[in-house]
Amino acid sequence: MPPDQNQLFQPTEKLVSWGRVVRAPHRLAKPGHPDELAPLIESLTPEEPGLAIGLRRSYGDSNLNPNGAVIDMTGLDAMIAFDRDSGLMRAEAGVSLSQCLQVLVPSGWFLPTTPGSRFVTLGGAVANDVHGKNHHSAGTFGASVTRLGLRRSDSEPQTLERGDPLFHATIGGLGLTGVIEWVEFQAVRIPSAYLDAEDISFANVNDYFELMKERGASFEHTMAWIDCLAGGDQLGRGVLSLANWSEKGGLKPHREDPRLAVPFNAPGFALNTASVKAFNTAYNALKKTREGASHPHYEPFLYPLDSIANWNRMYGSKGFFQYQSVIPPDAAQDVTVDMLQAIAASGQGSFLAVIKTFGSAEPVGLLSFPMEGVTLALDFPNKGETTQNLMRRLDDIVTAAGGRLYPAKDGRISAETFKAGYPQWEGFNQFVDPVLSSGFWRRVTQ
Amino acid sequence: MNTETETSASERAPPASNGRRVVILGALSAIAVATARIYAGEGARLLLVARNGERLDRIAADLRARGAASVDTAAIDLASEAANARQHLSGWVKTIGGIDHALLFYGYLGDQSAAQTDPEELSRILAVNFTSAAQWSEAIAAHYRKQDRGALVVISSVAGDRGRQSNYAYGAAKGGISLFIQGLAHSLAPTGAHATAIKLGFVDTPMTDGMDKSGPLWATPAQVAPMIHKAAEKGGPFHYGPWFWRWIMLIIRSVPAFIMHRTKL
Repeated sequence: MPPDQNQLFQPTEKLVSWGRVVRAPHRLAKPGHPDELAPLIESLTPEEPGLAIGLRRSYGDSNLNPNGAVIDMTGLDAMIAFDRDSGLMRAEAGVSLSQCLQVLVPSGWFLPTTPGSRFVTLGGAVANDVHGKNHHSAGTFGASVTRLGLRRSDSEPQTLERGDPLFHATIGGLGLTGVIEWVEFQAVRIPSAYLDAEDISFANVNDYFELMKERGASFEHTMAWIDCLAGGDQLGRGVLSLANWSEKGGLKPHREDPRLAVPFNAPGFALNTASVKAFNTAYNALKKTREGASHPHYEPFLYPLDSIANWNRMYGSKGFFQYQSVIPPDAAQDVTVDMLQAIAASGQGSFLAVIKTFGSAEPVGLLSFPMEGVTLALDFPNKGETTQNLMRRLDDIVTAAGGRLYPAKDGRISAETFKAGYPQWEGFNQFVDPVLSSGFWRRVTQ
Repeated sequence: MNTETETSASERAPPASNGRRVVILGALSAIAVATARIYAGEGARLLLVARNGERLDRIAADLRARGAASVDTAAIDLASEAANARQHLSGWVKTIGGIDHALLFYGYLGDQSAAQTDPEELSRILAVNFTSAAQWSEAIAAHYRKQDRGALVVISSVAGDRGRQSNYAYGAAKGGISLFIQGLAHSLAPTGAHATAIKLGFVDTPMTDGMDKSGPLWATPAQVAPMIHKAAEKGGPFHYGPWFWRWIMLIIRSVPAFIMHRTKL
């Protein structure tokens, strides 16, 4: 007899993912010590599966298990070892990237790569094989992982290494191959906590591709921000941001607490088309005045939105969707133009649109999202069916071009769209622990 | 007593090492861990005390990785060993070479309704939170009087500011220890040492699991830890954590009994 789930987990109605669209009851447990994990996993069954979750920065339902059990791993946040000479760090899965940086930076080390938020756990970074502005030079987070501690329902806790098929299924495996207990990764040396950055504005999306060809290769960090509302000759106008680590500035880590917070949901009218347009134009103007070289600390450069706690509430009580696609290199330029045209024509403002060219590194994970090509990340406030229609239109464009969508950002794609983008999903499926599941996984494998 | 000394040789000394020697009683509490991490980042030498040795080892590894110059552990039951506090302390002084700061975090929330019918439960709530804490504090103060310096911080609770039907056993013990530390701070005044009680409000820790933690009054361990660390530096007989509890408790203390008695507080 497995232990009784209802005694170990507490019911909650409050669990939401970052997009705040999916609302469902859950049963929640938050272990504070690793020895509390085993009974929680033993209580899960294929009929009543569970999911380990972290800081819930995934946007849709890949980090939710509606009407089921979830194990909040953020209480398992102890470092296990850090070698200041070699830069090898080993820590429990609930440690945030933010906490890693507090330890790494003063000793002259940095995360090998980082997504746009530091409020991501190591377990989440592995489960989603996260990427950042340096994908073209560093690959994904999984590329730096040397070992993993995994606890499955059908075996003793195990240590996985590169080359082991279960290791590669777990990287990018959406937390479904077992509960990730700890992660060991190789940090990278930095000369300072600052970057030598350069911002260059471009008049349209074709200019972005030209600029990247000319300048992209000589910078470790590249990404561009796009104004999605401009059409015609200005379709895809934006600002390209390039940077390398600076020799100057010292090794001071970031301040841990956000200074600003959005304490409640903004009213619905706050983000209508006019205000998004005004915001985008203002932001564009602001970036233009700053155009040229700068010397930012990593915190505002890599984590511009982390300084505002709960910025996701800016989209109001209905929440928002994030849409992130990747298109293979040959088709990338034309398809990106098609997508931007579809968005501009729909009049559905995207508050933030980011474009980034991925490098050619082979994916480390069986189900990793990044592949060689161009990725576009878009935010859409939830306006119901009109937003769904636009995203379905984009799905068709992406699928036709041989691209795929990022599960961490998704709460809505069809099983067909997912399977078309990830034909390897069936091979992955054999590694899924039968007592683990998520809203996302049930939807895309039905 | 089970004292373990183990520092990985492969771990280079952290960049900023102030070498402060810190004893943490109740080192497995979530607030203690958050506070110890601040000391670790400064390169302090830490000695952690709590009951569960295996769990202490985990926190010790965490603090070493975060930059502590050294971390030792002692797995003892602080409540039952309080009568032998002086012997334990003299052993620990030998282990880490002295004590600059001592912080007492452990406590037992207990069950108020059980305490009303079960004398054992009542006695345990009072003994853990008041008697044993007072014994440890007095033993630490004795050490500080000899060296004419040192900081003692005891984690108390706003529950000690007014007796309320929902938790007066715990509240009385915490109110008692706050008063005790106030007096101890007075007695240490002629020396360079100081003692401080910190009256915490609602903090989201395993101790408070089962309470409704929504609402603006809840703080996280990471939010109150810097305050505790600062209080150890600066002294002062009382601190409220977070600060707004000072004003909330001023109001709660001022509510006349005939109104208070109509509430379920």
